[in-house]
Amino acid sequence: MRQIAVYGKGGIGKSTTTQNTVAGLSQAGYKCMIVGCDPKADATRLILHAKAQTTVMDLARERGTVEDLEVDEVLLTGFNGIRCAESGGPEPGVGCAGRGVITAINFLEENGAYDADTDFVFYDVLGDVVCGGFAMPMREGKAKEIYIVTSGEMMAMYAANNISRGILKYAHSGGVRLGGLICNSRKTDKEYELISELAKKLGTQLIHFVPRDNQVQRAELRRMTVIEYSPEHSQAEEYRMLAKKIADNRDLVIPTPISMDELEQLLMDFGIMESEEAAA
Amino acid sequence: MSTTIKDTQKMIEDVLDAYPEKAKKERARHLAANDPTGQCSTCKVKANTKSRPGVMTVRGCAYAGAKGVVWGPVKDQITISHGPVGCGQYSWWSRRNYYNGQTGIDTFGTMHITTDFQEKDIVYGGDKGLDAALHELRELFPLAKGIGILSECPVGLIGDDIEAVSKRVAKEFGIPIVPVRCEGFRGVSQSLGHHIANDTIRDYVLGKGKLERSTPYDVALIGDYNIGGDAWASRKILEEMGLRVIAQWTGDASVNELGIATKAKLNLIHCYRSMNYICRHMEEEYGIPWDEFNFFGPTKIYASIRKIASHFDDHIKENAEKVIEKYKPVMDAVVERFKPKLEGKKVMLYVGGLRPRHTIGAYEDLGMEVIASGYEFGHNDDYNRTYPVMKEGAVIMDDATLHELEEFTRRMKPDMVGSGIKEKYSYHKMGVPFRQMHSWDYSGPYHGFDGFPVFARDMDMTVNNPAWNLIRRKK
Repeated sequence: MRQIAVYGKGGIGKSTTTQNTVAGLSQAGYKCMIVGCDPKADATRLILHAKAQTTVMDLARERGTVEDLEVDEVLLTGFNGIRCAESGGPEPGVGCAGRGVITAINFLEENGAYDADTDFVFYDVLGDVVCGGFAMPMREGKAKEIYIVTSGEMMAMYAANNISRGILKYAHSGGVRLGGLICNSRKTDKEYELISELAKKLGTQLIHFVPRDNQVQRAELRRMTVIEYSPEHSQAEEYRMLAKKIADNRDLVIPTPISMDELEQLLMDFGIMESEEAAA
Repeated sequence: MSTTIKDTQKMIEDVLDAYPEKAKKERARHLAANDPTGQCSTCKVKANTKSRPGVMTVRGCAYAGAKGVVWGPVKDQITISHGPVGCGQYSWWSRRNYYNGQTGIDTFGTMHITTDFQEKDIVYGGDKGLDAALHELRELFPLAKGIGILSECPVGLIGDDIEAVSKRVAKEFGIPIVPVRCEGFRGVSQSLGHHIANDTIRDYVLGKGKLERSTPYDVALIGDYNIGGDAWASRKILEEMGLRVIAQWTGDASVNELGIATKAKLNLIHCYRSMNYICRHMEEEYGIPWDEFNFFGPTKIYASIRKIASHFDDHIKENAEKVIEKYKPVMDAVVERFKPKLEGKKVMLYVGGLRPRHTIGAYEDLGMEVIASGYEFGHNDDYNRTYPVMKEGAVIMDDATLHELEEFTRRMKPDMVGSGIKEKYSYHKMGVPFRQMHSWDYSGPYHGFDGFPVFARDMDMTVNNPAWNLIRRKK
């Protein structure tokens, strides 16, 4: 069983990319599971064709404690036998969503949600690694493999670099490794070259460049992955390729995060950010 | 520098020698040989800094200071330990703050109330549970005059808005609901908790009480927590002097008493450490003078009575002399009875608040000498009040460690040690007579004329107890 966590800046397309990739893996015959680690609980919507109604924490809240739950109640099965769980958590501005992630993952683990014939478990984690709770999937005994979804936009690259720092922190204690960057294209200038270079600087690879295509949105409107909605479409093929690359990936590294100055220099080198002299 | 001071300094150095270099350097700043004159520059300790991990400090936390010390004793208020169950459960009425009233009906001092956080409260926030708890309490205990919400650590971590809940519910109930941000991780000891609690008294109840009429002799008794009935003994003296005690903070206090202290003509403070903040505030904001006093042992009591009377007219001054005259024979008899048995006995103290200095006079009245004293959570102003009342070469300790306490005991050979519950049993094992000086070892009161005979008897009982001779002592 390989446990994989997907991180990246908020809104970058982690959930869409994860679900499409997992759909591709399942079609290739792998038994997969997705654990949504975001209180919004929308990481499994495209697989389940509906927003998950019973998240681990919401049910625990209703019953009183997490000990009162059965794993079957929170583990739902969607497209092509993919099993899905959502940690759930509070509405914005109250409580501690990070603790919710910790509690939910512990619950799933202790109650045997990851059975022996599962090939892949994907953790889809909210935005940045803001606190210990959201780093939970990369701690010891959990995900050993991280993929960062990014794009050629500056803030997405900042986030990718920050997440690499988080991975570095746990690399020595938990043995977690970076598997690569996934570029979810925003059609920015020289995007492929830029992210390839960033990947190189971080000591990793650009594992796949996912082009921008409105077919993704069309499928999402129907609460489906592209792979389910239009298996013949070229975009579906892109996700199948990404799935295959991840399945075959043996290139797992301890990342080498760069400084803010280096990152800005990179953007300048690619002419995306003007140097101060040029601006003046 | 005198040889006495030098000898003590040498002993302190020897004790510190057991530490690794860094620990030794840091702990050295917190231990000193006393110089009552204040001329010796190396005879001052550093105070109110973070404890060194690993040294076995006995300090508490901000919650302990705010809930256990200041707010907890307020009798007609319900005090909620907001968070998981343990903080409240294991500090449940450990300070023996006596009060009058029908517990569970109009007073709630000995009750332990908690919101008992579960995982779901952490994840989804504890504010809804708090709201529900407040409403349940209102229904169960309609005579409660206020509710205090004492934050435990998780509340601060998850950012629950207890102020918003308090504000809304206070309006609904028409009683003060006081949110106290005393999360245990704040500050270096319980001391910050006292300050936080003082600030909430200021913000939520001070000046809001009702007092039917005023007299020129109205005083407030501040910083007496009525441990074993201490505040009652103190109050008695003040009343016999002709003063009217309109508020007692916070031993046997009511919420209203916290509200009306601003009407006092003089604030009298016993435990300076835990309540000087509010006295200063009342001085600045309401122009109420305040004065420190000491009701431990006849010498200090007489001096304090005269000092308090000096703030008032001749009527009170005459009363003061009458009170002293009345009780002097009783006190003399106590001294006469116990002094022969205690004369020359050496005492080592390590306590909190005011006792490391305030009890010295009482021991001296019995012919005993305090050879070492220290504070768990004192500040510089506490030590500045301590140096002059201790002998030259006495040991002054700040946030002492178990190693230091044991080693000073071995070297100085006190006849008695007065400290807390955490130290008690290691001293029992050492075969050193020990008195628990936080809650008077389930005895008391020790304040005032009522307290001194009890104090004297207890010290005799401790020092001269034949049981100590039955313990096999380690060489």
